[in-house]
Amino acid sequence: MADELFKALADSTRRTILDELAERSGQTLFELCTRLSVKHQLRMSRQAVSQHLAVLEQAGLVESRREGRYKYHDLNVGPLQSITERWISPEETEHKS
Amino acid sequence: MRIHLTSLFVDDQAKALQFYTEVLGFVKKTDVPVGEDRWLTVVSAEDPDGVELVLEPSGHPAVKPYRDALIDDGIPMTAFEVADVQAEYERLSALGVKFTQQPIEMDSISTAVFDDSCGNLIQIIHSA
Repeated sequence: MADELFKALADSTRRTILDELAERSGQTLFELCTRLSVKHQLRMSRQAVSQHLAVLEQAGLVESRREGRYKYHDLNVGPLQSITERWISPEETEHKS
Repeated sequence: MRIHLTSLFVDDQAKALQFYTEVLGFVKKTDVPVGEDRWLTVVSAEDPDGVELVLEPSGHPAVKPYRDALIDDGIPMTAFEVADVQAEYERLSALGVKFTQQPIEMDSISTAVFDDSCGNLIQIIHSA
């Protein structure tokens, strides 16, 4: 899981996808594509965005859910917790404060 | 050459006519019986001689897989221009219209996407 998480975060497009989902969770693939092309001038096919989403889903950072006929993508920051827990111990943060 | 007609597949022509006129505010232009169906078009009240939107029956077997795949990814195949996306979003939401994308403003463009309840996603757009 850790390898998948770091691999997912290693790509700037995928980090941009996470930024956009942090701004508004629950987006269709179409909305994400619109944001990437209009806001970030990223010229990519829908398939490419879909593949990035699959990598993010594999890492647990994005979850997709069905609501009737629609499919929405949500941000899940849970896996990021494991990064802070790995190197930053609670005592250390207490020392600093 | 200019664009004269554009078509949308609708599940139920009577229901679609009601939605496109009473909810969205378009005006019926042509309504002629054709076999079991109707040749049914609407136009914008702001441009009655402009492009006609054909509300086409969705009975052809190709329609369902085509639309299902588009809706799955949230893709609208038709866009209507509006003066104020946020105001339309609020007006239509109050009338019970379901949005799959709430308004977003990006640079000089605002968009939102709603379900026309006849099987299609529609984008509304305003560019300043």
